[in-house]
Amino acid sequence: MLYFIGLGLFDEKDISIKGLERIRESDEIFLESYTSCLTGTNIQNMELLYGKKVTILGRHDVENTPEKILEAAGTGDAVFLTGGDPMVSTTHSDLRIRAKQMGIETTIIHSASIQSAVCGLSGLQNYRFGKSCSIPYPEKGWFPTTPLNTILKNLDDNLHTIVFLDIKPDRFMTVREGIEIIEQMADKENRSPPELYVGIARAGSDIPKVIAGDGGKLKSADFGGPLHILIVPAELHMMEQEYLETFAEL
Amino acid sequence: MVEKVTTLMDQPERIRNIGIVAHIDHGKTTLSDNLLAGAGMISEEIAGKACWMDSDEEEQARGITIDSSNVSMVHTYGDKEYLINMIDTPGHVDFGGDVTRAMRAVDGAVVLVDAVEGTMPQTETVLRQALKEGVKPVLFINKVDRLINELKVDEMEMQIRLGKVIDKVNKLIKGMNEDAFKAGWKLDAADGTVAFGSALYNWAVSIPFMKKSGVSFKDVYEKCKVEDMKWLGKNSPLCDVVLDMVVRNLPDPLDAQKRRVPIIWQHGDPNTAEGKSMLACDPNGAACLMVTDISFDQHAGEVATGRLFSGTLRRGTECYVMGTAKKVNRLTQVGIFMGAERIEVESLPAGNIAAVTGLKDAIVGSTVSSLMDMTPFESLKHYSEPVMTVAVEAKNMKDLPKLVTVLRQVAKEDPTVQVTINEETGEHLISGMGELHLEIITGRIARDKKVEIVTSPPIVVYRETITGTAGPVEGKSPNRHNRFYIELEPLSDEVVQKLKDGDISMDLPAIERRDALVEAGFDKDEAKSLKAIEGTNMFLDMTKGIQYLNETMELVLDGWREALAGGPLADEQVQNVKIRLVDVKLHEDAIHRGPAQVIPAVRAAVKAGLLMANDTLLEPMQNLQITVPQEHMGSATGMIQGRRGQVYDMQSEGDTITVIGKAPVAELFGFAGDVRSATEGRAMWSTEFAGFATVPGGMLKETVETIRKRKGLKEQIPEPSDYLA
Repeated sequence: MLYFIGLGLFDEKDISIKGLERIRESDEIFLESYTSCLTGTNIQNMELLYGKKVTILGRHDVENTPEKILEAAGTGDAVFLTGGDPMVSTTHSDLRIRAKQMGIETTIIHSASIQSAVCGLSGLQNYRFGKSCSIPYPEKGWFPTTPLNTILKNLDDNLHTIVFLDIKPDRFMTVREGIEIIEQMADKENRSPPELYVGIARAGSDIPKVIAGDGGKLKSADFGGPLHILIVPAELHMMEQEYLETFAEL
Repeated sequence: MVEKVTTLMDQPERIRNIGIVAHIDHGKTTLSDNLLAGAGMISEEIAGKACWMDSDEEEQARGITIDSSNVSMVHTYGDKEYLINMIDTPGHVDFGGDVTRAMRAVDGAVVLVDAVEGTMPQTETVLRQALKEGVKPVLFINKVDRLINELKVDEMEMQIRLGKVIDKVNKLIKGMNEDAFKAGWKLDAADGTVAFGSALYNWAVSIPFMKKSGVSFKDVYEKCKVEDMKWLGKNSPLCDVVLDMVVRNLPDPLDAQKRRVPIIWQHGDPNTAEGKSMLACDPNGAACLMVTDISFDQHAGEVATGRLFSGTLRRGTECYVMGTAKKVNRLTQVGIFMGAERIEVESLPAGNIAAVTGLKDAIVGSTVSSLMDMTPFESLKHYSEPVMTVAVEAKNMKDLPKLVTVLRQVAKEDPTVQVTINEETGEHLISGMGELHLEIITGRIARDKKVEIVTSPPIVVYRETITGTAGPVEGKSPNRHNRFYIELEPLSDEVVQKLKDGDISMDLPAIERRDALVEAGFDKDEAKSLKAIEGTNMFLDMTKGIQYLNETMELVLDGWREALAGGPLADEQVQNVKIRLVDVKLHEDAIHRGPAQVIPAVRAAVKAGLLMANDTLLEPMQNLQITVPQEHMGSATGMIQGRRGQVYDMQSEGDTITVIGKAPVAELFGFAGDVRSATEGRAMWSTEFAGFATVPGGMLKETVETIRKRKGLKEQIPEPSDYLA
């Protein structure tokens, strides 16, 4: 049996009780470390809470050599931990398909996702979000402008956009970096960048930071430590406006 | 002397830019040295022995020319003085790249042929290079004294033999460029486009000069016979005869550029200001320089040599190197070469061969201009490809970084060298044209660049190519959310040739490129879908309207190039493969279709596809020509046949016979020694690159296994499924 268990947003305590119990009853615990991470805790605290040893997996372990996970799931109960909700903004659907094809049963135990958390922190209504997108760190020969186009298309349709910011093993993209890259994309495509953003840091923690404003304001704002996420709001409904003014320094 | 040179530099009608080209050992450097001595540039005593043009210790020790050397000299013809800018080029086949480059810089060529040996394979190669560049030839038949003293021919026979050499060269010219041949490039002793003599003994004759000096063929015969060549040298000096021939028959830059600019600047527009200026060799136009050589000077650093077709260069002139980020390169020195010495000048006008420093971004073949944007000159085409590789490592740990720098310099200096730098293992690869070429290069790294290195024995360079078709092959990204579908097929010989010649190239404007492809047999749809060319491989994007593919294409091409750099069979370069991208599925979000996903997916599809399309190994071949006395014919043919070679022609002349054939480079290690001992040292022989040929089926497996073992690859040859999991 293979359990996909979501860890929630910030620290080891964001997991559901059902998820925690499942971990304690399972034979092997794997933690996927590359699509998200819990910045409010560390592996020692997690192992302490679970009472189990946790194996950390990088991208290569999951994508190129998933055999290890599948073997453990074939012979016993294996848990595959992911920050947030396991199937949101990940490519783990592939792992579930592979497992099924090998005759391994699977279950998902959900948890809070940033996708919904941003609604609460920003007051932007979940009905009004369009496609979301991620901003990757540009690399040699690769500067995709998909994120900008997704944002602009949503704006045309009067929809908000969640903009996920890249996570690399050694760094996290900040709100400022994200906006700078969006502006470079706009420059390249000869379009105008968005005029309003909402930046959010450390969703799920006791000290989240939410600031709304234009690019200049957000780039100079101090958001503090990771993780950061960005929203490009469409035209604001009056309740959204009031909420941002009340909670996000608009 | 320098003053004379600088005065003449400004008068294009008094300039001749020439190259001396020949088969190895026909006496080029001796000729150059004696011309220099005759022009008062070096002492006559030294000339002919010291190989002044061979300024490199290695060159003097081996008695051959390795680099092209440039020199300027002054010659008086009639009552006028002329500036001769001369390049001596290497004749050994391993250094053919230098000849190609030299021919771009000059307008005329003195083709040198040994009277006894006659035209040789390299004679043909260099002549072809000259004609292709629009360089006009004259002929100097050297070592005429050997005919008389060694072969003991009589006066009649001498003239017949010399006539035969002329006929043969004319036949070559006619075959290579019939229009030019008819338009007056036919060589004719009576017109004075042929001279005869001995470069070593410093004399020559030509029919026009005979009228002036009174020295006749009869005198030549008699004086040679009694070995009084001093008399000939005095009454009919080499320098005067040959340089008269040059001044009289070879074009000045004004005349030459009118004809050559359309050839070497095919894609430029002659109606632009720079076009007009180059056609007119106008010193007041924009500076347009083609870099044909780069060398390193301990004090000045990188020295770029090249032909200035328009404008004037001065210290401080601001130039741009086409095809690089448009950064200003400011000239720090402007000069000309006089042998190994570089002489600085105030200004250097169009029509001359310039040696400048400060062109940081230039490589051999660069187009340099004072204009920020100009159509580049035709790229330099090399007729040979690297066939052998050595691995080099720094002897001392501390030299590791220095060696990398030095290797980069080596690659910059000699474009026929391929350098593969592996900073991870510290084992770098140098590929070159043959055993000798590599020996020289590695020798110089130790000697000139002061880096001690350990060199592996040379190994043969193989290639991989497909013999069948395959596809669509599906390549999956590691996260399996992206898929690429490709089809593979071999490119026809015709297309491969056009790629090599640059007739199909990404440098062509899109419409011209499309037309060239259609003419080569591509259908219209394919012709407009060509995305990239790598070596002699093509990548075509046949998909239509796939969202996000545009911003992913560079990664797709990276994956394709990675696969081509080392095929699945033996990790050797892949060639002559056409790949069509027929479908693509991409993840919606950019972050899940980045380099880590796309590159491995495409690389896997290409490698698996190559195996499915019957990937096979190619080995480099060499043409061989061995001339031996009749009684050694058996051993000569045996030398070739015993090396998996084929003999396809035998020509007898007098008591010698020339065996012509072809054999794989892999079998030619130690050939020189074997030929010598089998023929008691009486063979003359030469080799020439003859392209790549399929490794015989019976040997394929063993050859692949040997290469895989040497490279530390898994012994088992991979299956397509290994890439497509």
